[in-house]
Amino acid sequence: MISSSIARKLAMALSGVFLVLFLGQHFTINMTSVISEKTFNSISHFMGTNPLVQFVLQPILIFGVLFHFIMGFVLEIKNRKSRPIKYTTFNGAANASWVSRNMILSGIVILSFLGLHFYDFWLPEINHKYIEFLPENPDRYHEELVHKFHDPRKVILYSVSFFFLALHLYHGFASSFQTVGVNNKFSKSIKLFTIAFSIVVPLGFVFIAVFHHLNG
Amino acid sequence: MNLTLKIWRQANAAAKGNMETYPISDVSPDMSFLEMMDVLNEELMAKGIDPVAFDHDCREGVCGMCSMFINGEAHGPDRLVTTCQLHMRKFNDGDTITIEPFRANAFPVIKDLTVDRSAFDRIQQAGGFVSVNTSGNTQDANSIPIDKHDADKAFDAATCIGCGACVASCKNASAMLFVSAKVSQYALLPQGKIEATDRVLNMVKQMDDEGFGNCTNTGACEVECPKGISLENIARMNREYYSASIEG
Amino acid sequence: MAKLDSKIPKGPLSDKWTNHKSKINLVSPANKRQIDVIVVGTGLAGASASATLAELGYNVKTFCFQDSPRRAHSIAAQGGINAAKNYQGDGDSTYRLFYDTIKGGDYRSRESNVHRLAEVSTNIIDQCVAQGVPFARDYGGLLDNRSFGGVLVSRTFYAKGQTGQQLLLGAYSAMNRQIGRGKIKMYNRHEMMDLVVVDGKARGIITRNLVDGKLERHSAHAVVIASGGYGNVFFLSTNAMGSNTSAGWKIHKKGAHFANPCFTQIHPTCIPVSGDHQSKLTLMSESLRNDGRIWVPKKLEDAKAIREGNLKPTDLAEADRDYYLERRYPAFGNLVPRDVASRAAKERCDTGFGVNRTGEAVYLDFAAAVIRYGKEQAHIKGLNEEDEVLVKNLGQEVVRSKYGNLFQMYEKIVDQNPYETPMMIYPAVHYTMGGVWVDYNLMTSIPGCFAIGEANFSDHGANRLGASALMQGLADGYFVLPYTMGDYLSDDIRTGTIPIDSPEFEAAEKDVKNQLDGFINNKGIHSVDYYHRKLGKIMWDKCGMSRNEKGLKEAMLEIKALREDFYKNVNVPGSQNEFNEQLAKAGRVADFLELGELFAKDALERTESCGGHFREESQTPEGEALRDDENFTFVSAWEYNGEPADAVLRKEELKYEEIEVKTRSYK
Repeated sequence: MISSSIARKLAMALSGVFLVLFLGQHFTINMTSVISEKTFNSISHFMGTNPLVQFVLQPILIFGVLFHFIMGFVLEIKNRKSRPIKYTTFNGAANASWVSRNMILSGIVILSFLGLHFYDFWLPEINHKYIEFLPENPDRYHEELVHKFHDPRKVILYSVSFFFLALHLYHGFASSFQTVGVNNKFSKSIKLFTIAFSIVVPLGFVFIAVFHHLNG
Repeated sequence: MNLTLKIWRQANAAAKGNMETYPISDVSPDMSFLEMMDVLNEELMAKGIDPVAFDHDCREGVCGMCSMFINGEAHGPDRLVTTCQLHMRKFNDGDTITIEPFRANAFPVIKDLTVDRSAFDRIQQAGGFVSVNTSGNTQDANSIPIDKHDADKAFDAATCIGCGACVASCKNASAMLFVSAKVSQYALLPQGKIEATDRVLNMVKQMDDEGFGNCTNTGACEVECPKGISLENIARMNREYYSASIEG
Repeated sequence: MAKLDSKIPKGPLSDKWTNHKSKINLVSPANKRQIDVIVVGTGLAGASASATLAELGYNVKTFCFQDSPRRAHSIAAQGGINAAKNYQGDGDSTYRLFYDTIKGGDYRSRESNVHRLAEVSTNIIDQCVAQGVPFARDYGGLLDNRSFGGVLVSRTFYAKGQTGQQLLLGAYSAMNRQIGRGKIKMYNRHEMMDLVVVDGKARGIITRNLVDGKLERHSAHAVVIASGGYGNVFFLSTNAMGSNTSAGWKIHKKGAHFANPCFTQIHPTCIPVSGDHQSKLTLMSESLRNDGRIWVPKKLEDAKAIREGNLKPTDLAEADRDYYLERRYPAFGNLVPRDVASRAAKERCDTGFGVNRTGEAVYLDFAAAVIRYGKEQAHIKGLNEEDEVLVKNLGQEVVRSKYGNLFQMYEKIVDQNPYETPMMIYPAVHYTMGGVWVDYNLMTSIPGCFAIGEANFSDHGANRLGASALMQGLADGYFVLPYTMGDYLSDDIRTGTIPIDSPEFEAAEKDVKNQLDGFINNKGIHSVDYYHRKLGKIMWDKCGMSRNEKGLKEAMLEIKALREDFYKNVNVPGSQNEFNEQLAKAGRVADFLELGELFAKDALERTESCGGHFREESQTPEGEALRDDENFTFVSAWEYNGEPADAVLRKEELKYEEIEVKTRSYK
C-alpha cells in the first residue's frame, strides 16, 4: 500500500499528526517549568525513568520523526522528478501560499534544529542514564534546562527554529486533515485551529526559552 | 498595444528547446490571447519563420485543448478562464509576456507549446467509466432517484475539461485534481458506486505509473482550474481510496 | 451511379423501425471478431458508435484529429437534449416529437428517419443516466426538464449549460472502457486524408499522423464518417477551429452523394464580431430570448450616434426604440424560431440600424425583465415597489440566478456589463443540416461507407430545432448504426482481413502524398488563413442569411477563382514529415473551397425559401419565407462529377404519409 502516491501522502499526514500530538505534550510539560520548578522536575523524572515511556514510546517517537523526515525527502525527490524541465517563469505566489510550497525548506530547518536539540538535551540524557550510569537525581532537570538557555545565541537560534516550526505547522496540520479525507463544513474551523496552534505553541516555546534566559 | 513575447520554441520531442523573443505591435485589447498568437504566426510566416505550434480548438473554454503557461500561470493571470478566453485587455502596453508549454514528466512536449496529454486518457481508460453496455433496454432513467445535492456535486466534478492546468500549476506536477474529479463524479452517483473499489484503485495506479507527482495540498490546482473544480474532490478520492484499499 | 434508393422499410410509419430491426441480417458474435470497422470522428455520434460497435464485438479503429477523443466539438453544445419521455405529463409523445421535428425542419426531412429518431430518443436518456451522466434533477431526485423554442412541451433534458459536454464525456467513458479492453484502437491526432474503395466497396482510409506527418493505411470492412458539419466554410462560425468537412468531402469525391449543402442554420444570438482579428464566434444560449427584448434605434441618426460612441443605448427614450420582432411577429415576439430571428436582425442592420462599430449588431435588452422581476420580488418580500434602486437590485439578482454564467461569459469577451447596458448580439453560422446523403440504414451511396450525426443530412430538413442535434448524434451512434451496419456486414463474414498493399491503397496514398507535396512545394505568397477568410466573406455575403440568383452566381465564380488562386499562390511553411498545423489546415481549406461552390450551386438551384435557406425571389409581400412544395419537396443529392459546378443533381422525393404539410407562420 505504501507504494502508491495516496498511501505515501497518508503516511506523511499520519506521522505529522503524531508529531503534532507529541509537540502538544512536550509543550505542556515545558510550560510547567515556567510555573513550577517542582512539577517540572517530577514530570521530567517520570518521563525520563518510566520504562514504558523510555523503551516503548521513545522508540516510537524516534521512528515517527525519522519516518516523517525520510518520507518528506523521498516525496520531494519524486516530485522534482515529475517535472524534469523547469519553467523559466513560475508564479507560484499567484495560486498557493509560500508556506505550502516550501514545506521542505521549513522541514530542513526543523531537522537541523532537532540535531541541535538532541545535542543539547537528548544526548546528555542518554549519556547520563545509559552510558555512564550516573546516579539519578530527581531534581536536576529544571536546573539543566535553565542552564541551556544561558547563552543568548542559543535563544536566538531556538527562536528562529520555532518560527519555521510555526510555518511548517501552519500548512501541515490542516493539510493532514485534507489528506485523511476530511473536507467539509468543519474544514474552516480546522484551519482556524491550525492557525491558532501554529502561533501559540511555537510562540510558547520561544517564551519558555526567553523566560529562562532572563531569569536564569 | 505593443508587446514583447518570450516563447518556448522546440522543433520536436527529441530536439532541445529554448526561449525566443518576438516583438508584436498593434495588438487590440479586444483580441483573445489565441487571436494575438494567430497574428504573431501570420507575421512569422510572412518573415519565413516557422509559426509557433500551439493546441487550440473550440475557443470557447470547454474543449480543454488550449494549454499555455503564461507569465508563470496556467491559462494566464485571469481566473476561471482558459487561454482562449483570456483577453489582451488583461495586459498593458509594453508588457513582456513569457509563454511556455504545460510542463510535466507525463506531458512531453510535441512541438513548441504543444504537449502530449494522452496520460489523462490512459487514466480514464483504467476506470473512468460505468460498465454498462448499450442495449436499448436499460432501466428507466427515473427508476433511481438521486439526491439533488449529490447530483449537483457530481455535475460540478464532471465539468472538468481535462486541460491539465492542475498538473501544470502544481509545483509537484500532480494530477490528483483531475483524477479525483472523475472518481468523485461516479462516487456520488448510485450508478458509479458499484465499481467504486476497482475504479479508484486502478485509476490511482495508472496516475502513479504515468509519472505524475504527489499531492502536497498547496491548493494551486483549485485556484488555476478554469472550471473551479474543488479540492473537496481530492479529499473524497482519498476516502474512496482508503476504503477501497481496506476492502482490497 | 445507380438511382437513389433510400431503402425505407414498408409498413406503417410507427412500425417501420421495429419491423426493420427484426428482419435485417445479423452477424454472429464469433464472426464479429473477424470484422474491422473504422470510425472517423469522436463527437457524440462517432464516440457512441465506436463504443457500441466494440461492445457488440467488432474490432473498431477510431480516429480523431484532436489530442483526445474528449475534445470533439459536441462538447460545446449548451442547451440540452430532447426526448419524448413525457416525465412532466404535459402530453408529450413519440408522435409529437416526430411532428415537431418535421415541422421545425420546414418539411424537408425524411419522415421515416425522423420517426425513428423520436422512437429511440427515450432510450438515449436511459442509457446516459446508466453511464453516470449527471443530468439536472429536482429536489425529489428525479430528472428535470426545460422547454425549448418551437415546441409546446417540456422535453429537454439538460446539465446546466454544459449538456453537450456531459453527454460527450459519457460516450467518451464508454469508449474508454472499450479502449481499455482492447476492442477499440484509438488514433488521436490522426486526420483522415482519403477513403479507399476496393471493388466498389469502402475498404479503408489513408490517414496522416499529425505528430510526425507520416501517412498510414488502415483497412476495414466498413468505414463510418462521423466528422460533424461544415459550418467553418464561412470561416467565422460557432464551430471549433479544427472543425472541417474533409472526411465528408473526400467520400463525396469517391462517390458519396452530398445532400442539401445550402441548408445551414444561422443562430440569432451570438456575440458580434469585434474586429478583423476575429477567429471564431461565441454562442449565447437561445434561452436568453425568454427574458431579453431585441431592439435597434428607430431613427437612423440615433443608430449612427451610437455607432460613433456619441450616444448610449440606455439614454435612448422608449419611443425611439424599435422592438422589431415584437412589431413584426406579435404572436411569438422575441421567441420566433432561429431562422426568422436571424433574418430580421440582418434586415435591420442592412438598412443601417446596426449598433456596434461594425454596424452589425442589435441589442438584447434585459432592463424590462429586471424591472418586472424586481417588482415581483419586492411584492413578495413586502418592500416598496416604487423604490427604483431596490427594484433594480432585486431584479438583477433574479436575472443573475437564471443567466449568470452567460452574462459572465459575455462580460469576459466584450468587457461590458450586461446588467447595466444591453447586450449586443448578431447572428452567426452554427449548424449545417445538409451533409452526406444516406439511406435509411445510414449508408452513403458508397457500399460500406456510413455517415452519422451532423455529417449526414437526414433528420433536420431545412432547419433544426434546439436540443435536437445531441439527440440525433447519440441516436445514430448508440441505437441505429450498430443495428443497420450488421445487415451490410453479414455479407463480409468470410472476407477476412482486408490487405493494405492492394493497388487501390497504393493509389490513394499516392494521391494524398501528391497533394501534400504540392502544398509544401508551392512556396506561394499568401497564408492558408488568407484564403479561408476570403472564402468566408464570399459565403457570408452571398450565401448567408438571404440569397439571390445574382449573388449566388457571382459566388460560384468567385469561389472558383479563389480556388485557382489558392493552388497557385498558397504558402505552406515547413515540411511534410513533422507536426505542421498549416499543412493540415491547407488540406481542410482546399476542401472548403470546393464545397463552398457546391453550396452556392445548391442554393441557386433551390429557388424556394425554406427553413434556413431564404431566397429573396421567393417571399411573401410581407417579406416572409415562401416555400414551394410543388416543385421542391425533395432532397437535393449531388453526385460528384469533377468540378463542383458540374455536380449532377439526384432528387430524392419526400413523401409525407402521416403528416399534413403546412405553412409555418409566427405572426
